[in-house]
Amino acid sequence: MVDPVLASRLQFAWTTAIHIIFPTLSMGLAPFLVYWTWKEVRGDGEVYARLRRFWAKIFALTFVSGTVTGIVLEFEFGTNFAAYSSIVGGIFGGPLATEGLMAFMLESTMLGIFLFGRDRVSDRMYLVSAFLVGLGSWLSAVWILIANAWMQTPAGFEMGTRAGEEVAVITDPVAAYLTPRFFYMFTHMQTAAVLSAALFIAGIASYKLLTTDDRSAFWKKTMKVALIAMIITAPLLAVQGDAYGRHVHETQESKMAAIEAIWDTEAYAPLHLVAVPTSTDNVVAPAEEDLFTIGIPWVGSMLAGAGDPATVITGFEDIEHDLPPYLLVFYSFRAMVGLGFWFIFLALWGVYRWRQGDLFDDTLLQKAMVASTGLGVLAVEFGWMVTEIGRQPWAVQDVLLVSDGVSPGLTGGEATLTLVGFIFAYTALLSIWAYLVFRIVRTGPEPPSDGTAPTTTDGGAEVPAK
Amino acid sequence: MMPLSLADTYLLGLPLVEMWYVVMFLTLAMFLWLDGSNFGIGILFGVVDDEEIKESMLTAVAPLWDGTEVWLIVFGGAMFAVFPDVYAGLFSGNYLLMFLILGALIIRGVSPEFREQRHDESWQRLWGVLFVAGSTLAPFFLGVFTANWLIGSTSLVSLPGIVVGLVVVTLSAVEGAAFTNMKLEEKSAMVSTYGTIAQVAYLVLAVTTVGYLYLFVEGMAAKVLSPFALLLVALTALLGIAYIVLLRTGQSLPAFVTAGVQTFGLIALVGYLLYPTIYPIDGLLVQDAAVSVLAMNVMTVVLVIFLPLVLLYFAVLYNAFRGPVQAGEGY
Repeated sequence: MVDPVLASRLQFAWTTAIHIIFPTLSMGLAPFLVYWTWKEVRGDGEVYARLRRFWAKIFALTFVSGTVTGIVLEFEFGTNFAAYSSIVGGIFGGPLATEGLMAFMLESTMLGIFLFGRDRVSDRMYLVSAFLVGLGSWLSAVWILIANAWMQTPAGFEMGTRAGEEVAVITDPVAAYLTPRFFYMFTHMQTAAVLSAALFIAGIASYKLLTTDDRSAFWKKTMKVALIAMIITAPLLAVQGDAYGRHVHETQESKMAAIEAIWDTEAYAPLHLVAVPTSTDNVVAPAEEDLFTIGIPWVGSMLAGAGDPATVITGFEDIEHDLPPYLLVFYSFRAMVGLGFWFIFLALWGVYRWRQGDLFDDTLLQKAMVASTGLGVLAVEFGWMVTEIGRQPWAVQDVLLVSDGVSPGLTGGEATLTLVGFIFAYTALLSIWAYLVFRIVRTGPEPPSDGTAPTTTDGGAEVPAK
Repeated sequence: MMPLSLADTYLLGLPLVEMWYVVMFLTLAMFLWLDGSNFGIGILFGVVDDEEIKESMLTAVAPLWDGTEVWLIVFGGAMFAVFPDVYAGLFSGNYLLMFLILGALIIRGVSPEFREQRHDESWQRLWGVLFVAGSTLAPFFLGVFTANWLIGSTSLVSLPGIVVGLVVVTLSAVEGAAFTNMKLEEKSAMVSTYGTIAQVAYLVLAVTTVGYLYLFVEGMAAKVLSPFALLLVALTALLGIAYIVLLRTGQSLPAFVTAGVQTFGLIALVGYLLYPTIYPIDGLLVQDAAVSVLAMNVMTVVLVIFLPLVLLYFAVLYNAFRGPVQAGEGY
């Protein structure tokens, strides 16, 4: 039997970690689908209709899995974090309700048309539906990140009362919802989503190039558009991440200290490359004397202060509350950044080969791409661990502790039961999703029509088969 | 920055708290009508044995259920944003029930999608069975949840819970039967028969529920005998008869709308019986449960802008898929 607070934290962490895979991919795939639909509707060749149909199958599976796991997250605030919901619901609930009304409604209704309505609506309406599905998925991220950014850098409220209980009352919606953190988060997350989808697409295309004789326009076009997305997003992500990191330094001392594993408040702080606990007492958050580190002098401060080594980084010694499990944050951050550099390298490698004219002959590159299929999503997972674990022990930074947000009547038995249930159910869901995606990939896209059954586009124009 | 007045008085001096109380139940009713008809299709999927009709049922559900399910998310979101204490109390109080609802919704959501991915018999049978199970259990548990809310209970198994659970299941089947026949090229007499059975069962169970409330739940007797409640009950009975006639004469669209009005009637009754309490376990009143004036005003602005748009999306969606399903539809 796990303690209800710990079980609730683990359950939320687990359900979020699985859920985030799906929206990351669907948000990232959306622009590709809009592009292919646009080319299809313009009549630029049957291959685009096949591209759209093939990737829409994967998109549909992903979207559905994201929907069902997303409802769980919304409801978990009520089931497991009832005190949190009561206290900050007047602020935090607003963006969630708005997400449903403004974004999710748009996305899921238009998805019905996009997936099933090709022959029922006009070409123009069909393209619009593709665009609105994508817009809806991005707006969803807007409201979820507005809510999350408020938890990181709360603003625009004061403590008041409702029905005799002390609760957070909104005083300035603009300050509460349009926090600087939101802009850093949103741009970073959306770029990461597109890059994750690009890696996913490139990995699948490379797999097909490696394992089949199919060198058709289908996989070549897939590969090239994914590479273009990678060469734009991978470096951009690093630039955004750097700015985001400086913002964290300015606004969330303990998260910054966790990212850098820094104990002493100091200027000329090092960038720790390695931090190893030397005692087994608390492996994820060891005491100062139990932490062995290797670092590069000055660089930590320079990163936090846009190149100025005199920048002071607050260490754990000056932080009054409990420490986050900071080695998880420390290594998640390094894993994310490490993967980010790998993606930049991979994008440069691919583009270099493309320019050389032998993009489709470099099997080593293709193998690297296959190996990287899921790494974008993995990097997003690490990023979210930095964001969410780095905020611990707070649910709302410096306002509400996670332990004070858990449902008061929740028993360890109930919480453990549902935690175990979710571990099984989500493992099954993710496995089936992965199996079905792989099955779609192995089967491959439908073959091009051989010309005897011409594909018609709007207006009855015939498109010659490839 | 927001002008100060937004924090002092409700927009245009309107009774926004009561309005949101109504809006919250309206979103629940929309969910029970639109997604309920999808549940109903799932329920009937288990009893209809004509393969062609079953395929049509799945094809009819596929483009719609994602959108219709969002009404539940909006219902939850609206409650969270405007009556957070109720959201917190109901969801944590019915802890295991909420996870049963979620489990059923997950299974219902993924099973038709997964079913289409492989065409061998055992795979299709597995996901077909899960589709029926999820579609039946989701409305059942939602009914239990509603019963608990209304009578201030948190029990997982209770007589009123089971009865109201069955009320929602039969109502879903009523909606699903009308919707299925709407989507068939030729109306199925079998589907109409199931719809009729479901309607009769619904009326019996609904009256049983009202009788139970009158007899056994403290403070409900006077409300149940009020003209408004009695009118709703009488209207439901009349609509039930109309539904049966419409369905049997092949007028499935009017039958579907009739079932919709019944759904709104049921939810109106729930909202009416609760009021002015919103959370009977604590005796919490609607007025006391509401968030601050400013938060309420902001949410109202959001609602006024986006609710008409949402209705437009649904009009576009249902219009695109109006009429019978066509063979081989899909992506």
